[in-house]
Amino acid sequence: MLLNQFLILAAAMFSLGIYGLLVRRNIVLILLSVELMLAAVNINLIAFEAVLRTSDAIGQVFAVFVITVAAAEVGIGLAIVLMIFRNRKSANVDELDLMRW
Amino acid sequence: MTWVVATEAEHAVEAGVTGGFWVDTAGIMLVLPLVAFLLILAVGKRMRYHGAEIAIGALAINSLWGTVLFVMNMTEGVLAQKTFEIARIGSDLVFELGWVVDGLSIMMYFLVNVVGLIVFIYAVGYMKDDIRVDWFFAAFSLFAGSMLILVGAPNLIQLIIGWEGVGLASYFLIGFYWEDMANVNAGNKAFMVNKVADVGLILGAIILGLAIGTFDFFEMSTAAFDHSEPLGAVAVVGGALLFFGAMGKSAQFPLHIWLPDAMAGPTPVSALMHAATMVTAGVYLMGRVFPLFEYLASDIRPWLVAIGAITLFAIGLLALVADDIKKVLAYSTVSQLGYMMTAVAAGGYTAGLFHLFTHAFFKALLFLGAGSVIHAVHSNNMSDMGGLRKAMPRTYWTFVVGSLSLAGILPLAGFWSKDEILVALGHEGYVAVMWIAIAGAFVTAFYMTRAVALTFHGEYKGHGHPHESPAIMTVPLVALAIPSILFGLFNVPGWEIPGIGNFSEWLAVRVVPMGDEHAEAIDLVLAGSGLFAALLGIALGWMVWGKDRATQAERDRFEIPALYPLLRNKYYVDDLADGITAGTMGPVARFVNWVNDYVIDSIVNGAAFLTKSLGSFVYGVVDQRGVDGVVHGLGAGADGAGSALRKLQTGRIQQYAAGFVGGALALIVLFVFVI
Repeated sequence: MLLNQFLILAAAMFSLGIYGLLVRRNIVLILLSVELMLAAVNINLIAFEAVLRTSDAIGQVFAVFVITVAAAEVGIGLAIVLMIFRNRKSANVDELDLMRW
Repeated sequence: MTWVVATEAEHAVEAGVTGGFWVDTAGIMLVLPLVAFLLILAVGKRMRYHGAEIAIGALAINSLWGTVLFVMNMTEGVLAQKTFEIARIGSDLVFELGWVVDGLSIMMYFLVNVVGLIVFIYAVGYMKDDIRVDWFFAAFSLFAGSMLILVGAPNLIQLIIGWEGVGLASYFLIGFYWEDMANVNAGNKAFMVNKVADVGLILGAIILGLAIGTFDFFEMSTAAFDHSEPLGAVAVVGGALLFFGAMGKSAQFPLHIWLPDAMAGPTPVSALMHAATMVTAGVYLMGRVFPLFEYLASDIRPWLVAIGAITLFAIGLLALVADDIKKVLAYSTVSQLGYMMTAVAAGGYTAGLFHLFTHAFFKALLFLGAGSVIHAVHSNNMSDMGGLRKAMPRTYWTFVVGSLSLAGILPLAGFWSKDEILVALGHEGYVAVMWIAIAGAFVTAFYMTRAVALTFHGEYKGHGHPHESPAIMTVPLVALAIPSILFGLFNVPGWEIPGIGNFSEWLAVRVVPMGDEHAEAIDLVLAGSGLFAALLGIALGWMVWGKDRATQAERDRFEIPALYPLLRNKYYVDDLADGITAGTMGPVARFVNWVNDYVIDSIVNGAAFLTKSLGSFVYGVVDQRGVDGVVHGLGAGADGAGSALRKLQTGRIQQYAAGFVGGALALIVLFVFVI
């Protein structure tokens, strides 16, 4: 069964997501990185489901949940980004240090 | 809540009624006047008759109960007791409130409520234009209510509660016109003399109650009847102390001094106080604990009889020299209370209480008549009266009826009750006292003739034109005159009203037999002697005062040189009381003052100094340095920690994310490689 390949792919995608999350300065790209990490997790879930074949398809259900949550999260995230951009004419996280003491 | 149906007791006198609606709800009588008291205080000022409606309404309902119970007791006999446990002291001493329904208490229910109702109605007219009418009726209701609590008491504790309530209400009412210092002093005197006696009552109650482990009258009577050992051991001391308490309320020599001064209150107060409430309490108490004296403490009886005999004769003489018509009646009351006490103390249970019963009606009548006269001439003094016979016919005739009844003229009520006392005294072997009582009857007739003559006959000596009082005052007079004439028939020796028995049978409905005998037939010699003495008194009195020479000197023509100053000064008993108080209290007071100045003050000062030093220490060291130091230290620590830690919060999202990832990695390493 092709499990290791899927896991390696997912790990790679997750690492790329973390890298993007930490390194990118544009908020839109940071959100994209988060989506990449969620997609990696979905690959893992589907892969394990394919191997284990649980009676009520937990893996697939969870994957659908993750997609749903991700869609909602992106909706809210992009709305926030839009408002920030309108107010500050910038989407650079280095300039967004409002939430400090 | 417990029902004691007393007929189940071993020796109880047979009674046909031991329950039912009227008995079960008799407690209403004890509560209603107190409710009226509070209601009048709350809303009396705004009412049309200043709260008199409430007071009269309460007593009218009460009178219904009193009368129904009285009639039931006449025909069948009523005997029961209902109590509610309020508190328990230790394992067996119980404090209960409740009401007792037996021959004695039913007589008092009837008396207090009916006479009270009549006096209340009269008072509406008498107090019409007076000050503080709402307060008057409030205190009046309290007075009647306290008396009902007293007479309904199933145990000594409740009796003391009612007893003190009566004392308090009488204090309010005697000092009713408190703008005048003399009235306030009269109230104080009454209260204090009664307090002296109350000590006896309370001590007696404690001694008797602790001896048999209960304050309940039924159990106490039964114990006395059974000659109980523990009760017998303290019966003489306890009985004497109770009698001392009774001497205060019932104004026995030498504690009678408060009663004449108590005339300071409005006249309806005097009427109620002398008839149904207050002064009868002592005689009632003696009747209530009668088995104690009958079966255990008969040794002290001669002493009690002696006190009663002194009271009935010596104080009666004082009425001969008083000018204030209310004081004449007050001394007369003391004298009549002497009769009752003498009889009860001698063993004449029925005799003493029957006299209480009849006396209540004619004495209330006399006081209300005197009030009517005072209302008309605006003076208490007989030297301002005279010749009122024509101006006030209804008052005159009712007053004469009351006087004849009091003097003991056949066939009025007073004759039968006084005759019963004479018979009882003779029967119990107090022959000398019996003759004193006959002499007392002469004195009674003598001073009442004087009062009638000086008030209603001869020339009018006052000012203005007196008029007959309004109907609201004269109708009560008539209402009291009827029982003053007829109620003697309740207890005629050797005869009874068909179907209802006689007074001694009604009174005998008790939990134990009273050991008291009602005369079987009229003792013609004795009755004749009493009647003769009374007629002699009237005749002599009429000779001395009847034509009324109108001047002070001539009016006091009955002036026995040696006796007169003694009587005018009331045997110096008042002065003696003052002297005793001043003589003994002076040194005691000085000593107490010294103790206060030197001993107590230094203790207080020392304690204060210690407290102050301790306070300074606590404030300076413990509070300022210790407690405040801790508080300030905690504050500073939190402040410093906050300053240092807040630098971590940079607001840069990716630093937080880096920390998060680092933490996650650290946990992965921990779980995968270490554990």
